[in-house]
Formats: sequence, structure tokens, C-alpha cells
Amino acid sequence: MSEQGIGKRVTRREDLRFITGKGRYTDDINLPGQAYAVFLRSPYPRARIRAIDAAAAAKAPGVVGVFTGKDLAADGIGHLPCGWLVKSKDGSDMKVPPRPPLAIETVNFVGEPYALVVAETLGQARAAAALVETDFEELEPVVALAEATAGPQIHPEIEANRCYDWELGDQAAVEAAFAKAPHVTRLEFANNRLIPNAIEPRAAVAAYNRPTEEFTLYTTSQNPHLERLILAAFVNLAPEHKLRVISPDVGGGFGSKIFVYPEETAAAWAARRTNRPVKWTADRSEAFLSDAHGRDHLTTAELALDEAGTFLALRVRTRANLGAYLSTFASSVPTYLYGTLLAGQYRTPAIHVEVEGVFTNTAPVDAYRGAGRPEATYVVERIVETAARELGIDPAELRRRNFIRPDQFPYETPVALVYDTGDYEASLAKALKQADYAGFPARRRESEARGKRRGIGLSCYIEACGLAPSQLAIQLGAGVGLYESGEVRVNPTGSVTVFTGSHSHGQGHETTFAQIVSEKLGVPFEQVEVVHGDTGRLEFGLGTYGSRSVAVGGSALIKASDKIIAKGKRIAAHMLEAAPDEVDFEDGVFAVRQTNKSLTFGEVAFAAYVPANFPEDLEPGLSEKSFYDPKNFTFPAGSHIAEVEVDPQTGVVDLVRFVAVDDFGEVINPMIVEGQVHGGIAQGVGQALLEHGVYDADGQLVTGSFMDYCLPRADDLPSFEVDTTVTPCTHNPLGVKGCGEAGAIGAPAAVMNAVTDALGVKDLAMPASPERVWRALQAA
Amino acid sequence: MKLSLTVNETDHELEVAPNALLVDILRGDLGLTGTHVGCDTSQCGACTVEMDGRAVKSCTVLAGQAEGARVTTIEGLGAPGNLHPMQAAFQAHHALQCGFCTPGMIISAIDLVKRTDGRLDEVAVREGLAGNYCRCTGYHNIVQAVLAAAERM
Repeated sequence: MSEQGIGKRVTRREDLRFITGKGRYTDDINLPGQAYAVFLRSPYPRARIRAIDAAAAAKAPGVVGVFTGKDLAADGIGHLPCGWLVKSKDGSDMKVPPRPPLAIETVNFVGEPYALVVAETLGQARAAAALVETDFEELEPVVALAEATAGPQIHPEIEANRCYDWELGDQAAVEAAFAKAPHVTRLEFANNRLIPNAIEPRAAVAAYNRPTEEFTLYTTSQNPHLERLILAAFVNLAPEHKLRVISPDVGGGFGSKIFVYPEETAAAWAARRTNRPVKWTADRSEAFLSDAHGRDHLTTAELALDEAGTFLALRVRTRANLGAYLSTFASSVPTYLYGTLLAGQYRTPAIHVEVEGVFTNTAPVDAYRGAGRPEATYVVERIVETAARELGIDPAELRRRNFIRPDQFPYETPVALVYDTGDYEASLAKALKQADYAGFPARRRESEARGKRRGIGLSCYIEACGLAPSQLAIQLGAGVGLYESGEVRVNPTGSVTVFTGSHSHGQGHETTFAQIVSEKLGVPFEQVEVVHGDTGRLEFGLGTYGSRSVAVGGSALIKASDKIIAKGKRIAAHMLEAAPDEVDFEDGVFAVRQTNKSLTFGEVAFAAYVPANFPEDLEPGLSEKSFYDPKNFTFPAGSHIAEVEVDPQTGVVDLVRFVAVDDFGEVINPMIVEGQVHGGIAQGVGQALLEHGVYDADGQLVTGSFMDYCLPRADDLPSFEVDTTVTPCTHNPLGVKGCGEAGAIGAPAAVMNAVTDALGVKDLAMPASPERVWRALQAA
Repeated sequence: MKLSLTVNETDHELEVAPNALLVDILRGDLGLTGTHVGCDTSQCGACTVEMDGRAVKSCTVLAGQAEGARVTTIEGLGAPGNLHPMQAAFQAHHALQCGFCTPGMIISAIDLVKRTDGRLDEVAVREGLAGNYCRCTGYHNIVQAVLAAAERM
């Protein structure tokens, strides 16, 4: 095996362009003759648009055009769809409010775009936008999630602002278990609203070629093919084959760049309308207002236990904020990506969850790193910890007593998943040792001697990645398949160009996917190039979300490579005058078994393109594709342990230690995996201690900038101690599970379990800000 | 208005708007797109460049303030084969993921090492880089990279 094969800490080839300033992000792209778009956004959370007077703006210097939602509608531009149809418990379809890319009759959240100005320069576009006079009739907004169903009806056709009332699990079994349970632990809490904040804001540069009727759209997308599909099939911007979507370097996504947004759509349309390339780049204020937000649940959870601490049943009721409209995958996040994870790592025999998805006059809420699984983990791991305290059982021991045991896999949960493999005891044991759990009481005494409070908290999470299989998901309402495409194109000289439908926006696929193919084909790492993010160069693909890329996209490359090897064996057999089944392939060499006859991979590749001595029944060339559709989810799981010290004078929580032991199955590049875990933990700690997206009672976003929204800085965090255990995934060829979201999933509960332990309180709302902590201590 | 400045050892004479920011000149007029814009409140640090020997947020500097200045952007630091120790350390320690904050982070980190004569520990690095956001790495590997580079600078 080479030094750059599977399992090696290969430094990233993409780094060289980023550390020298040669990355190419969307805003770095400028097209000849481009004009600039600026959006007009609602200053009100809910208002009727009576009139838009753009006369002065249209005459302002440099203005190419001022366009409203009516202009898009008149041009046949359709609404932005939601890609997952969820049904309520009564069998009815979820209620979908119309979502024109630019609001036409009413605006429903602060920051909703309703018009755009296109001008020669950005400055001229901004100046002209200030001249647009819009007559709004303010309407009473629905802001508070708790009162959302009792408020005014936001969308005329949607009663009680309820999108759906969904359930999963056996309610009767749960009720029966609760009726005779010796102990019930109950918690009510919020999962705080978050604003994703990839450091690169969203952007689009669009061009339209009139003679060929072709669009080219450069944009900050995690899944350019999905963007193209939606813009073609639903928005009616252009036929799919006339629309090329390119995601160049993308500066972080965390879910927020999965979705098809109004601004990119309208900017692309404007390129055709004005016959000019049009560029739009969000500023940070726009990002806060209009990127899809994350989380925002209100939940009541109850866990029934017997005297020994055996879990008998779990009952969960959640109200999930969907915002003003349904973003692209919003409906699935608090349902299929949440309710299905409520078994956690445990044998809880009966679970019932009800989720009410409701609309409010706030920005749309959709998938953000973890997407439903952090919310589920928070429910399970907070209530398990609380139950342990109530029963006087060590929290680690209570978890152990209820873990699904290694010999019980495959394990079917009461909430519709079948876990293929895992060893939860192993990751917990390793984490406890690393965190010196046994030494905690002494550390606590030492802190107390200095007038501080110390707490420790566990979180044993599970997640489901690589959402699959397609047929099942589509039966459950998904509007797209969940496979991934891969193409392995062997060039005549034996180098390899790999095309993947996965997209990398920080994950390092150009390195890891090259490691996979390099090892599989025995081709040097340097001779494997990875191409992604361009519908003009690739097969249809589904992009990157849900920690799916290696498990699904990497598996597609293995399947395509298998076809390359199979064809290579036939070519080699012909050239070496042997039967194909006598040819072995290892380390880049095709060899006839029990002979000294062999050909290198490069020789076979050359022969495939210069077919002088070639099987008659075989096509020339050496290029193969695969669409890999997983049989099941993968189930990464692990144990995270947080230790905090609280200053009772100030309420400041100091995260002194964070240990993560994760089971991601096989690991392609440990360095990259550790980096993914670090980043996820930082976002999870951010949710627990710092971050909160807040609308005031009037519906104004009061955390609309980095001055108000507390993104973790370097000095807010400690270094992290991360390690892994391995139970290989049983159903994909790489044995991998996915690592991109684990940190964000496990960390919030670990930190809040530690904070509540330090304070000696049952619960505290996230984020555990100094004020909240101080107040909790005063009240205790 | 006219503006004369030196960027990455090259002298420039430009005609700029009075309200133009240094970052606009770098990214627009000079096409040095390695310097990024991540916010509009001078919080994120993605636009950090070196001006007359110290790190500045180029979104908070009027172009006119750079009259006569010597500016170094990420493009002026080092190229493949001849990387600045901080660039090399960022790659070696996997201190970047999406790469968007990286140019500003590297410039700030170099400034931090210079300001402190390389006498840094983890706490000092974390405090010293608090003006630069990274959303991908959780800062863990950035701290490792800066400490390693400080040894070699």
C-alpha cells in the first residue's frame, strides 16, 4: 500500500491554492460586461405590498433595470419547491405555502426579497435601491413559536399556521409502558435557533447566451445538480440541458448552501432579462436575514424507567419552527431526520414522537450541520442524564445498562431504523478513560477550593448518514433519489480523472477520493485528479449533505473502479493470451496466475485507447461510471465528554476539556476526519454556550450581525481530544460511515450536561450565557 | 482621486473613488482575490492584509489611507515550492478546510508571531487570533500550525 492510500494522513492537495490566495470562489469570478444586482428586502415581518414605485430608481445613474416579483411571474418563473412531502398523522399532505422567488403580494419575514435592482456598478445598484419607494401595509406578525398556532393566519390557505402534525412509533405501547412505570423523568426545553454562517456568503454570477439559449450559473451550492434540477423542473428558468450550474470553490456550507434560494434564482433570471452577466454577492447582514436558519424546536420529553434504570419507553412532543416558507428540505429535518433517531444507542422498547411543524414570520429554517440528529441527540442525552441524576445512578452506568449490545446487531429500533453495527460500550469506555472520568471528583474538589463550580457531562450520540435507500426515501416523501454518481476515466497514458457527484466545500474530497481510487487501481496518488461541482462536466449527482460523501460518493467510485478492473482483466487476458478469469489485479498490475506474464495498469490503459491487440468483442476505451444507491443508512456513533468550570461570580462557563471518541467505521484520511470532528464540536459548543438567533417580539432579527450573534472565536474554545473506535459499516464497500456532523450532534448535550452538573440544576436553556448561568445560580 | 501604493512589491498608480475601501482596490482594481470579504462589520478578519508592517482589516481601511503604503496580501507571501513557514504549517497541520478565512488567518498569524517574537503558547495564540473567524476547523489545528510556524520563523 502506498503512503497515500486509504488510512493515511495525506496532506490536502487543495490546500496549495488556498494558502497562496489562488482559490476561486464565486465572488472571485468576473464576467465581461457584468452588471450587479442588489435586492430590496422587507423591513417588516409581515406586510402586504400595496405598491412599488421604482420610477426614480429606474432613472438613476447606471441602472440597467429594476424588477419585482411580478416581472418574474410574468416571465413564467415558478415557485421555489420543497423537496420532501411529509404527511400528517391523519394521512393528509403537509401544507405548502406558495413561495415565489421574489415576494409579490405579501412579505413574510424581515429580509424577504421582493425586488432587485441591476446596475453597472455595485455602488450604483445600492444607490438606486435606496430610491425605490415601497408602500407596505403592516400586518400583525406571528413570531413566538409557542403561540404560533394561535396567531393570525400567515398564509390564507393554511389553518393555524400548521404545516403538518406528524408522528412516528407505537403510541399505545408507549402509553401502556408509562401507565405502569415506576419512574418517569420529564424535561421541557428549547433547541435554540442557530444561524449557520459559513464564512463565505452566498453568491451568484449568471450569464445567458441568447443565440444558444444557454445559462451558466456560478454559485455557492453544495449540490449544483440539484440546483439545476429545481431551476429547470420547478422554477422553469431554462430546460435542464440549457442550464449549466458550476460550484467553484465554496467557502463552507454546513447545510445552508444545499438549498435553492430566491436571490440566486432571480439573479440568473435577470441575466436573461437584461442580456448581461449579473453578479450578486450577499453581504453578511443579508446572510443573517436570508440564509436558512437551523434548529428552533420546543420539546417535551418523558422517559419511563424501572427501578434498575432500564428504559421502558420514551415519549416526545416537539413543535418545530419552519419559518415563513418551506425551504428546500425543511419538512424532512424535524421529522424523518429527527424522530427516527430517538432510540439513540439504547434498547428503549417503545418510542412515540409527535412533531408539529409550524410557520412563523421568520426566516425559513432548514438543515444545518446535523439536521435533526443534533436535536434528537439533545432530547435523548439530556433526558438520560437527568434520569440518572434522579435515580442516583452514575450517568455512564445508566447508559451502559441500556446500550444495544454488539451481539444484537442488526438492531431494529421502534422508530423505523435498522442499525447495522456498532459497539457503544467500546467508545464510551475509551472516552471515559481519556477524560479521566474516575478522577473527576478530585478535580471538582480542587475547583471548589478555588471558589469555582465544576461539572462533567456525557453524550452518547448516534446519527444516520448517507440517507438511503432511494426507493424507501421516495415512498416516505423524498422528491429526489439518494444515490451518488461516480466516473473513473482512465486517460490513454494511464493517469486517471475521477468525476464525482459529491461536492467538496471544505471536506477535502480532492484528496480523499484520490486516495481511494489511487489505492483501488494501484495508480500513484499524483496521477489521480478529482473533478466535482460542475453540471457541465459531470453525470447527475446529488452533492454533499448529511455526511454522505465518502459512504455514497466514495462507494460509487469503488463500483466504477471495479468495472475498470474487470475490463482491464479482459484486455490483459487477450494481450497475454490467457482467460480473463486467470488474470489477477493487484497493486496496479494485471498478472496471469501462476505465470510470470503481466501488464501494468498503464500498459493496459494505453492498449485500450490504441487497440492494436484487442479483444474483438470489446469496445475501446477505459472509462466507467457507477450510480451507487446504498442499501441502508450508515450509523456513526460515539461518546463525547465535556468538562466545564463555572465562575459563580460572573456566570462565565469555561470549557476546560472536550473528549470525543467516535466510531466512523473505516477511515480514509485520519487527519481530515479529525478536522471534521474539531469543526463539528466547535459548532456544537457554539450552540450550547454562545450562539442564538433571536427575533424580538416585533419580528425583527436582533442577532443580525457578528456584533450580536456570538460565533465561537479561537479564545472561546479549548483544544479537543479526539479518538476513534472502529466497527466497519456492513453494507458499503469501503466500510465507512461518515464524520462531518458528529461533533455538532454530540457536543451540545455533553456541554449542557456538564453545565447543569456544575450548577446543580435540572435544566438550563441553551446557550448557557453568563447571564443565564449567573441567574440560575442566584435562583438555586 | 489618485492613489499610489505598493502591493506585493509592485508599485501601482490608481484612480479610485473617495469612498473605496482598500479591500475593494485589492480585489477589484488589482484582481488580488485571495483577500476575502466575510462580513460587513469588521468582525471576521477574512480581509486581513499586512500594511506597513502590521496586520489590518482591509475592509476597514479607506483606499486613501493606503496612500504611499506597502501592502502585502496572501498572494505576496510565498508560492508553491517557496512557501512562507506559516503557509507550509497551515497545510502540514490541516489548519484549513474551505480555505475562505485562510488568507486573513495566515496574515494575522504571521503578525502575531512577529509582534510577540514568537514567544507564544496556546492561550496566546487563541487570544491573538480572536479577530479572525473560522467556521470549519474549530481552531484546533490552526493553533497547532501557528505554534509550529512560530518555531521556524
